Amino acid sequence: MARIIVVTSGKGGVGKTTTSAAFATGLALRGFRTAVIDFDVGLRNLDLIMGCERRVVYDFVNVINQEANLNQALIRDKRCDNLFILPASQTRDKESLTHEGVERVLKELSETFDYIVCDSPAGIERGATLAMYFADDAIVVTNPEVSSVRDSDRMLGILASKSRRAETGAEPIKEYLLLTRYSPQRVKLGEMLSVDDVQEILSLHLLGVIPESKAVLNASNAGTPVILDEKSDAGKAYLDVVRRYLGENVPHRFIEVEKKGFISRLFRG
Amino acid sequence: MGLLDYFRSTRNESAAIAKERLQILVAHERAERNKPDYLPMLQKELLEVIRKYVNVGQDAITVTMEQDENREILELNVVLPDEGGERRLRRKRV
Repeated sequence: MARIIVVTSGKGGVGKTTTSAAFATGLALRGFRTAVIDFDVGLRNLDLIMGCERRVVYDFVNVINQEANLNQALIRDKRCDNLFILPASQTRDKESLTHEGVERVLKELSETFDYIVCDSPAGIERGATLAMYFADDAIVVTNPEVSSVRDSDRMLGILASKSRRAETGAEPIKEYLLLTRYSPQRVKLGEMLSVDDVQEILSLHLLGVIPESKAVLNASNAGTPVILDEKSDAGKAYLDVVRRYLGENVPHRFIEVEKKGFISRLFRG
Repeated sequence: MGLLDYFRSTRNESAAIAKERLQILVAHERAERNKPDYLPMLQKELLEVIRKYVNVGQDAITVTMEQDENREILELNVVLPDEGGERRLRRKRV
């Protein structure tokens, strides 16, 4: 029986797909059979971030419409044997995702996978609500910025009321906060909401903080999940996130300004 | 604090403003979200009943739901027209 994790945010451009790609890869690296599904029908991008855009033959909607079976549509990652990608359809409209269809695909995947990561589209329309409906856990990706925090809170309301767990009275979805594009320097200057500020507003369990990093764009340019760039700050931060999710006690990093040498300290605290 | 910070006369404290705005907004939106969804319907039907007996306007009635630690308060507020000005009929249920 697989555990289903939705990566959600409400607002676009905060790092859902980057996170889905990194997190799924991280779980697979730890030996878990992991599938990552792109729910953004019409605007697929997970394939590009994962670097498998030229290997897409069948997609999620084909499987839902029973035009292809799961084995035909799942793309096995070239770097990691345990990792499979189910791309979204680029040509269909958002209404192609049906409740019954998504439920059937998730059920079939659950039989052979340990984790299923659902990469939600932005917004609160069908793709987004279906991505979260069947979830056991939710990673709420948030930027330290007013509109993102507000949208995250809105998503928390939807997670608590319009999910399978909420409707069947089961144990609620476990919600985790992932703060991305964080700049400790700007926080120190009073220009950016701090981790503590965001946590105080959303009152969520903090899964990790991903610093604003050049490595993220470099990784997406190359089609390599940033978690594979183990030397980079963002890569390390995502590795920590996966360890914390799996229950390890890992202290948070990249939330304080790095210590600098004498010369830089003279000019800037 | 570095040497240059000392000379910086205006410090940017926009994050504090952002936090305050968000706290107010999020509290308000959470209260809205927790309202039962039958309130608009209830308001409409109550208005129809009242209009059978009293000639009141479309916006003469407001129904609100508030919640504190141990009780929910459904508040119904009806403004009745009167020659000498407005008369208010108010009922509270705990």
